[in-house]
Amino acid sequence: MNTNKKLNNGVLPSTIEVGEDSIVEIKNLVKNFPIGNDFFTALKGINLTFTEGEFAGLVGPSGSGKTTLLNIIGSLDVPSDGDVIVLSHSISNLTQKQAAQLRKEKLGFIFQNYNLLPVYTVYENVEFPLLLLDIGADERKKRILETLEWVGLSDKIRSRPSQLSGGECQRVAIARAMVKRPSLVLADEPTANLDSENSHNVLQTMVKLNRELKTSFIFATHDEKVIGYLRRIIRLEDGKVVDDTTKPPKSPMGDLNIPLTNTYASDTNLGGAL
Amino acid sequence: MILAKTAIKSLLGNGLKTWLNVFVLSISFVLIIFMQGLLEGWSKQAVTDSVAWEIAGGQYWSGKYDPYDPFSLDSSAAVIPQSLMNDYNSHKIEPVLIASGSIYPDGRMTSVLMKGIRADQQLLALPTENMKADSTEIPVIIGAHMASQTGLKENDLVTLRWRDANGTFEAVDVRIATVFKTTIPTTDNGIIWLPLEKMQNMMSQPGKATILIKDTELPVENIPDWKFRNKTELTKQTIALVNAKSVGMSIFYFIFLFLALIAIFDTQTLSIFRRQREIGTYVALGMTPRQVQNFFTLEGTMNALLAIGLGFVYGLPFFIYFAANGIAMPMDVSNFGLPIPDKMYPLFTPKLIIGTILFIFIITAIVSYLPARKIARMNPTEAIRGKVL
Repeated sequence: MNTNKKLNNGVLPSTIEVGEDSIVEIKNLVKNFPIGNDFFTALKGINLTFTEGEFAGLVGPSGSGKTTLLNIIGSLDVPSDGDVIVLSHSISNLTQKQAAQLRKEKLGFIFQNYNLLPVYTVYENVEFPLLLLDIGADERKKRILETLEWVGLSDKIRSRPSQLSGGECQRVAIARAMVKRPSLVLADEPTANLDSENSHNVLQTMVKLNRELKTSFIFATHDEKVIGYLRRIIRLEDGKVVDDTTKPPKSPMGDLNIPLTNTYASDTNLGGAL
Repeated sequence: MILAKTAIKSLLGNGLKTWLNVFVLSISFVLIIFMQGLLEGWSKQAVTDSVAWEIAGGQYWSGKYDPYDPFSLDSSAAVIPQSLMNDYNSHKIEPVLIASGSIYPDGRMTSVLMKGIRADQQLLALPTENMKADSTEIPVIIGAHMASQTGLKENDLVTLRWRDANGTFEAVDVRIATVFKTTIPTTDNGIIWLPLEKMQNMMSQPGKATILIKDTELPVENIPDWKFRNKTELTKQTIALVNAKSVGMSIFYFIFLFLALIAIFDTQTLSIFRRQREIGTYVALGMTPRQVQNFFTLEGTMNALLAIGLGFVYGLPFFIYFAANGIAMPMDVSNFGLPIPDKMYPLFTPKLIIGTILFIFIITAIVSYLPARKIARMNPTEAIRGKVL
């Protein structure tokens, strides 16, 4: 994947040269939040690089700055100081419109509370990002059905979020994030509202997508179940990186140390589907 | 397109709350069209009737004539200009002599305005041909309201008293030849119509008139000592009266409109408060806060679309029925001082309907936009987590 290429239709500004496989480069990132006349520093000089195909996690206790960092990488927030280059675009230099364009085309989000649109069916929720991208009806339908098949929800197409279990909702959220084939998926505590079995199922789905589609995943989590699946663990404490460990591959699934059971994605050849 | 589709889905997804807002808004939409249609119909009827009963193609007023000055009325008549004599002879100009007088129905004095007009005139709808009756008493015609006020009916004799040009008081018995029905108060209330020549003799003002009514096809001439008043000038007061009434009538639908708009504003404000997570999600999926703001504005404005649709569903049959059959006035409205017919026919013009649709759309868009402005100032990261604003 060439991450240096300019995103389509010229809305985004010129790209910045980064390392060959680098998709995110964080240089001396500082993030302050105003509190009255003072401010609170949530991130204190973070330096990180994420490469293509990462399955990495920002791990740490509440208030360590992991969600703040994830939001900045996702161009939902901006650095107070330093620079964050995502897919060759400096987040600090993006206008609101350009940031929205980056999110729309290249980034996928998965949230703790799923954040599905309640009045939409499963199909329509997954369709929404494609509508924003102006993708034609036939192509849309094909992609939605394929994606819902990956996450094992082909039989829930017409259901609304209120009719689904937590695990199913999170799988819809994964499908919505993946349907546009993003370069990078940002997942903020994706298993926090799920039971153990559902947590493993959605994580295995994401591992499969990462392996088959080469989509990079960055998690913000303090859930041990998630940590068990991560190839790279970045520990944050009080806004600083205290540890950055990459685990060696262990299993045929890449580096899983938890066996695949009852996984939806394992039944589907994603490479073929795509 | 995607915004519109999403907006309508979200709106319909709100269920009963949406339909309540839509219903109230649709009532004001239907009421606005109905009331304004009624006023337009009334205004048109009033102008048409005024033209038929007293204006025709316009009026020349004698230089001294001031309808609001009763003291100068008797001396305001002038000789019919020579330049109009041909038109006078061919009945394209109809002179009217106006003077004050009194009648004594049942012995009680009632002030009247005497108006003399030729019995064979064709310009006005007045049934003046009945004044041709050959009788010893002068045949006069009066309107139904005048008859009802004075207790007079056809063939009744009543004493008419006046003061002629020399200041001499005179009196004569006149016979009510016809009681006619008209919607125009100025041809009815307190008016007694006499044959012109008789009245000129009675007033010792032969060949004189106070106003000259012109045929529509006759060109306007510049006549010394006479001032021409066209249709617009002469109906200005009638239209002003109708418009004055419309202010009172519009209060009803403005109350409904206000209620509907308050409900939409309230729903929008609540919606933005409760749907922060959704707002944050739209931003995360690639919409700019401005687009989300537009989306919520559009969603609120869609209330107007649904209300207009619903309004047409139940309002259209009413519009069609009343436009065809009119609305009967339930009481005697002749003493309202306004040209109100027995039956009013609402007039639903495309201008009225399109104007009302635009009005409802614009005003709904404004009340939808006001709360939505908050979205542009929202922090998307907090919105995603559904943090209270």
